[in-house]
Amino acid sequence: MTTPETPTGSTPSARIRPGILGQELHLSSLPWWAFILIATGLTLAYLILASPPYHETFIFLSEGLVVTLRITVVSYTIATVLGLITGLARTSKNAVAYTVSTLYVEAVRGIPLIVLMLYTAFVIVPAIASLLRAIGLWGLNAGATGALASFLDALQRATSRDVSLEVRAIAALGVGYGAYEAEIFRAGIQSIGRGQMEAARSLGMTYPQAMIHIILPQAIRRVLPPLGNDFIACLKDSSLATVLAVNELTQLGRLRRSSTFRVFETFNVLSFLYLAMTLTLSGLVRVLERKMKFEE
Amino acid sequence: MDPIIVVKDLHKYFGSVEAVRGVSLEVQYGEVVVVIGPSGSGKSTLLRCINHLEAPTRGEIWVDNQELTNKKTDINAVRAEVGMVFQLFNLFPHVTALDNVAMAQRIVRKRSREEAEAVAMEQLKRVGIPEKADCFPGQLSGGQQQRVAIARALAMNPKIMLFDEPTSALDPEMIKEVLDVMLELAAGGMTMLVVSHEMGFARAAARRIIFMDQGVIVEETTPEELYTHPKEERTKLFLSKILH
Repeated sequence: MTTPETPTGSTPSARIRPGILGQELHLSSLPWWAFILIATGLTLAYLILASPPYHETFIFLSEGLVVTLRITVVSYTIATVLGLITGLARTSKNAVAYTVSTLYVEAVRGIPLIVLMLYTAFVIVPAIASLLRAIGLWGLNAGATGALASFLDALQRATSRDVSLEVRAIAALGVGYGAYEAEIFRAGIQSIGRGQMEAARSLGMTYPQAMIHIILPQAIRRVLPPLGNDFIACLKDSSLATVLAVNELTQLGRLRRSSTFRVFETFNVLSFLYLAMTLTLSGLVRVLERKMKFEE
Repeated sequence: MDPIIVVKDLHKYFGSVEAVRGVSLEVQYGEVVVVIGPSGSGKSTLLRCINHLEAPTRGEIWVDNQELTNKKTDINAVRAEVGMVFQLFNLFPHVTALDNVAMAQRIVRKRSREEAEAVAMEQLKRVGIPEKADCFPGQLSGGQQQRVAIARALAMNPKIMLFDEPTSALDPEMIKEVLDVMLELAAGGMTMLVVSHEMGFARAAARRIIFMDQGVIVEETTPEELYTHPKEERTKLFLSKILH
């Protein structure tokens, strides 16, 4: 296009300039929000380097960064495996698989994550521990001997304290995000046309073979961007582990605030750290999305 | 010799709609049978029942002396002997043309990669597009995609080939390249059951043509006879609509 559409203003040349890719560039279409975020980020980065209260807060919180990332990566890995299996079960014709998977998805998605976290930590884990104790006791009373007896003895001593609060938080996040991801995988699988399954089956492939070789490779490519977005959400939700007093980023922020009363610096740095991580990741997801669009 | 396909009193319901209402049919080894009929006449459903993409509601289907309607029959083993070509090609978009043809051989026939790829290349030559082996389906024209789909089915060494309106989704200038491949197959003695309104193909290759309407076989004769002297009123009406 050589002559751009002239907006109602009288001096279009002042408002429209050629951009780097040869397209017209409107000042109003620039990503101002990103400039503001970057400027704020740079200011905070400068403060962290130059101002002692900010610097100390940053050092204190950075230990929590490792824990936050560990919780996120481990629970998200669990969630992905759980979500894939559940998503497959949700699309299966097997009544038991469908019922169990749907029950899981509907129940978990209907409970706030923070409640799920408390429930896992203070109800499910102790319940499993007492179940194990009962099994151990029952086995010993039944007269087990040798290696089995020492195993049962260990079971009999099981308590919920054997499971750290961080592990409980990871389990809760994994189960919670597993349900969200199941729906992503289900949608991905169902988005692949019926003809693909029919073509695979008509060649003599079994249902699992067709799933593994034909449907899933296409479905997984399609769900990578939403899975990436869910990873970011999971990173943010790992902050809920603070209700279990796990020493992740948010918990350290709260500790820092109550021990120093430097509320302003603490929560500035805390938000800055989360934003730095989530914005980087969402940038990556955007690149991925663009790449997929190009390939399709 | 026993017929290779036997359909006895086939009925198929979709919910309360009866798409096929008592069809019986036999196809001999090496025979080419064309099925025509208006949309909704049950011709595609009949074809899809023959490789069990649809489960018949009632009736018997025998393919190569195995009863498809018997729960004990290994459907996948029977399907491997029955090639199917779809209206919308249904190529696997995430792999190359060569892999489209090689994949099922490796998974179902347990052939090695080398063997499967050699067979795939041979079949791509047979349908006339060996140079497209490394292309993805999205890079091929409709006619080329359909030829890859035919090669994919042939690579399994099927005893029967089913064609479900193989040229209906093609631009006119691409129909011939697909029909030529089908004609060559027919000349080579392949057993074929073809749902298609291509009169030229039916005349050149088919010994028998079946006209279906409303889930039943209305008329069954030679293509020459059907196109020139249809007996039934419904056949005449249908032909007057498709032959201009």
